[in-house]
Amino acid sequence: MKIPCPQCGERDVSEFRYGGDATNQRPAHGTGDLKQWHDYKFVFDNPKGPHTEYWQHVYGCRQWFKLMRDTAKNEVLAGES
Amino acid sequence: MTAFHRIDMPSRIDRNRPITFTFDGKTVTGFAGDTLASALLANGRILLGRSFKYHRPRGLVGAGVEEPNALFTLGTKGRTEPNAISTTTELQKGIIAKSQNAWPSLSFDMMAVNQRFAPIFGAGFYYKTFMGPLKKSWMMYEPIIRKAAGLGAATPDVDTARYEMRYMFCDVLVVGSGPAGLAAAITAGRAGKRVVLAEQDFEFGGSLLSSGDAEHERWRAEQLAELAAMPDVRLLKRTTVQGLYDGNLAILSHRPENHPALMITEQLRAQNIIMATGAIERPLVFPNNDRPGVMLSSALRALLNRFSVAPKQRAVIVTNNDSAYATAFDLAESNVAVTVAEHRSTLSGDLLARAAQLGIAIFPGCGIADVIGEKQVKAVRLSGRHAVTIECDVLGMSGGWSPAVHLTSHGTFKPVYRADIAAFVPGGFAPGQFGAGAVNGTFGLLAAIAEGEHAARQSSSDNKKLKPIDLPATREDRKYTIQAVWNAAEKELEKFAFVDFQNDVTVKDIKTAHQEGYVSVEHLKRYTTLGMGTDQGKTSNINALAIMADLRSLPMSEAGTTTFRPPYAPFTVGAIAARTVASHFRPKRLSPLHDWHVKNGATFIEAGLWMRAWFYDWAGKTPEEAYIKEMELVRQNVGISDVSTLGKIDVQGKDAAEFLNRVYVNGFAKLPVGRARYGVMLNDDGVVLDDGTTTRISDTQFYMTTTTAQAGEVMSWLEFLLQVHWTDLDVQVTSLTDEWGGMAVSGPNARKALQLALPDVDLSNEGLPYMGVKDITYDGVQVRILRLSFSGELAYEVHCAADYVTALWQHMMMAAEPLGIKPYGLEALASLRIEKGHVAGADLDHRNTLDDLGLGKMAGKEKDYVGKALRFREDCQAPDRWSLVGLECMEEDKKLRGGAILFAASDEIKGHGRGYITSVTWSTELKKYIALALYDGGLKHQGEDIICAFPLKNETVKARIVSPHFVDVEGTRLHA
Repeated sequence: MKIPCPQCGERDVSEFRYGGDATNQRPAHGTGDLKQWHDYKFVFDNPKGPHTEYWQHVYGCRQWFKLMRDTAKNEVLAGES
Repeated sequence: MTAFHRIDMPSRIDRNRPITFTFDGKTVTGFAGDTLASALLANGRILLGRSFKYHRPRGLVGAGVEEPNALFTLGTKGRTEPNAISTTTELQKGIIAKSQNAWPSLSFDMMAVNQRFAPIFGAGFYYKTFMGPLKKSWMMYEPIIRKAAGLGAATPDVDTARYEMRYMFCDVLVVGSGPAGLAAAITAGRAGKRVVLAEQDFEFGGSLLSSGDAEHERWRAEQLAELAAMPDVRLLKRTTVQGLYDGNLAILSHRPENHPALMITEQLRAQNIIMATGAIERPLVFPNNDRPGVMLSSALRALLNRFSVAPKQRAVIVTNNDSAYATAFDLAESNVAVTVAEHRSTLSGDLLARAAQLGIAIFPGCGIADVIGEKQVKAVRLSGRHAVTIECDVLGMSGGWSPAVHLTSHGTFKPVYRADIAAFVPGGFAPGQFGAGAVNGTFGLLAAIAEGEHAARQSSSDNKKLKPIDLPATREDRKYTIQAVWNAAEKELEKFAFVDFQNDVTVKDIKTAHQEGYVSVEHLKRYTTLGMGTDQGKTSNINALAIMADLRSLPMSEAGTTTFRPPYAPFTVGAIAARTVASHFRPKRLSPLHDWHVKNGATFIEAGLWMRAWFYDWAGKTPEEAYIKEMELVRQNVGISDVSTLGKIDVQGKDAAEFLNRVYVNGFAKLPVGRARYGVMLNDDGVVLDDGTTTRISDTQFYMTTTTAQAGEVMSWLEFLLQVHWTDLDVQVTSLTDEWGGMAVSGPNARKALQLALPDVDLSNEGLPYMGVKDITYDGVQVRILRLSFSGELAYEVHCAADYVTALWQHMMMAAEPLGIKPYGLEALASLRIEKGHVAGADLDHRNTLDDLGLGKMAGKEKDYVGKALRFREDCQAPDRWSLVGLECMEEDKKLRGGAILFAASDEIKGHGRGYITSVTWSTELKKYIALALYDGGLKHQGEDIICAFPLKNETVKARIVSPHFVDVEGTRLHA
């Protein structure tokens, strides 16, 4: 599987780390609401098909970015630039 | 009587280059160009193996990678290769080959008695015999069964061969070099593409190699000459494409020539992949179809045309399709008497005419009722209305052709059934992938060339006018016709009609599986072991699932195939590991002081990827001996220790203070310049992520340290927050872990020692108080002195750029030598911090809250920090959480052990207990074993005596729960 890094272009997946679901909105800093944080941290869908997620080019430029990937086919549907 | 001999006719072997090798201890001679199998057959060796379960005599079935029977163990000791396929092993001087699964010898095999017990070795044998109440008997029978049933054995010796891994790229990968593959490679090459042509054989040409046609050979040679002249075409013989993965990544296993490596595994990224993998002939299923001398019709043709190995006198061919006639005609032309048993009742005129010309007798509408002869075919009895018995040396069978769809199915596409050719073809191709020739069910030379050319034009997609392929001057392709025949065995003889030769699965076994409810193809496979083993059912799968489909009255299209998975052919594990063995198994991280430690008597220990100095030989020969002396040195005088592995992060920017104030639970906004502060950070879920000391260098610059273990994780987390969530903050983070190194100078004499080394620096308690920081320049180098202590003693950490760390360390050692400074290692470092009650990696299990570690009071009440909200969720606040405590050993003659399970005094010693010991040491201060532990309810139980159980040593020790701060609780030493 190859992943398009917005800085470096397409690279092998082994250069990246997965950073989790990017569809849940992280509550703003200082939000005290337990329910909001709970839902952000612990409640996820596990879709088969298109999924937006975070990746970091950890053995490269270290950029974090969002990526839409088909979880069934490992096909990259949209990268962030 | 031998069935085969070498005939005097030109072929691909080189008679001027005889090659000798050893088979079962006897010297045998073949020629360059032979395979191990063809050389053995040429020497009249037809009995080549014993079958897996019943030890039936077995000979060759195929002539290529599909071979299920003729597997040998090659080499000796560390170079032993079990289950080598003799039909793909290129004959080389000095090969030492041994037959497998026979004792004491191939022709007299004691284990052949298994045949008499055939009923108990049938389908589901393992399940029925050894599951349920009889499970224990498996223990008893297993070694005996393993000895009786099996293939080659792996050697216990270390493999001394060298293997390599390489990473390559190309525009077009062509898999297979038959007519379709050659046409594809030439076309892509002419389009200027970077091409890789991978061929599993040791010669290019695929089916052309065994056609025996001079015009085919002329065409093959011409194409290869053109390919060889193309600079961007890599021609890889002896190369199997083992699997295809996401993003058109192909894994190739390559046996190179003139190279120190035995095998090279190549990870090849191809823009386009053209699969020209051909097809594999299927056996027919009839009684005793496994006798030596019964083989695929295509194998007979390959033996004849490629290796000049022919049956002595008489051959019978049994077929349900036209392709077998090529074999029949070639054999007849070489003066072999040929009879054809033809399952179909009508046959096209051209075949009949040619057969008549060559004196071939054809019996239409019949198959084989039985095979006579045990260690070699002697005669066959025809089924059907003729029912005659014909004496013969060999029996060639053709049940049709199965396209080698394996690679096309490694992705998401399942093969689909085509009734007109009675075969499964690719169900589709991923983007950038194409099929050409027989793999598509296109049988015919010219059609294959056309498909290869077409696929390459599609993959090249530029509209350059490419020169079309020159075609061989050959007659037009015959239309391929077949009438499916899946099971030709009479009911009484079904138990001798083999479907899977390698796993000894018969028609009867498939019927048993069906009767017992294992009807899906995947269940059939597991229940009967059909399609398992080194050949993965290349000759057996389709027949088996067709027989099952028939039993279930399902059309083939609904029966489906089992899942094709990589690797396509047996693949040496050593070649997958390549150089990643022994000390190369994973990268090693070395401190900049590593060489100094090596030269000065350090023993090392792995800590994550780091090699750390564990203890030094000045203090003792064993860690138990040494760390106590090293601890005493630090508590009583002064020691120096390498702390270069700590995570070090430079944090800069206008908002750096605000940033740190958010990530740490305690306040950093008002930390004065030149001061350090201990901080703890949480994850969003409120669980402790890491701790460390962070120093303010200027208004806008901080120097953060993290634990060694979490350095990478913390860096990534800070980047995540800055790049994704807090993009409004003006902060940059840079890892200095490898760029900077450091040393801790600790002990009551630390100030004296440091002063001797740096006489011009004010190190007084006022000049550099506890938690103070100073950047100085020493001998032109920036040096950072931090008055921090991990040991609880008066201590300094001295950091500088990694290149200068060794020089600074040596300077320190020399200057403080009069005091008696000596190095101390990781064991002493850890023990000192246990006495002080500092938590470290071992105590943090990524489930601890601040309160679990007794650090709850550190957290700012008013300020916001990461993890604040979820820190207060219900389960994080539960009263019975496993929390940090200190333990003191209460039995003088016993020791505490890391990992011991903790129980209350009244508990039964059973189960997971109430906690466990995370770190343990001998305390030089208290003269007893002490430990840090996580215990249910934590310090609420302070003063209680509990039991530390260590079941591995059948040991229980009494200990008392105490505060985790064992030494200098007031911190007077720190501030001295």
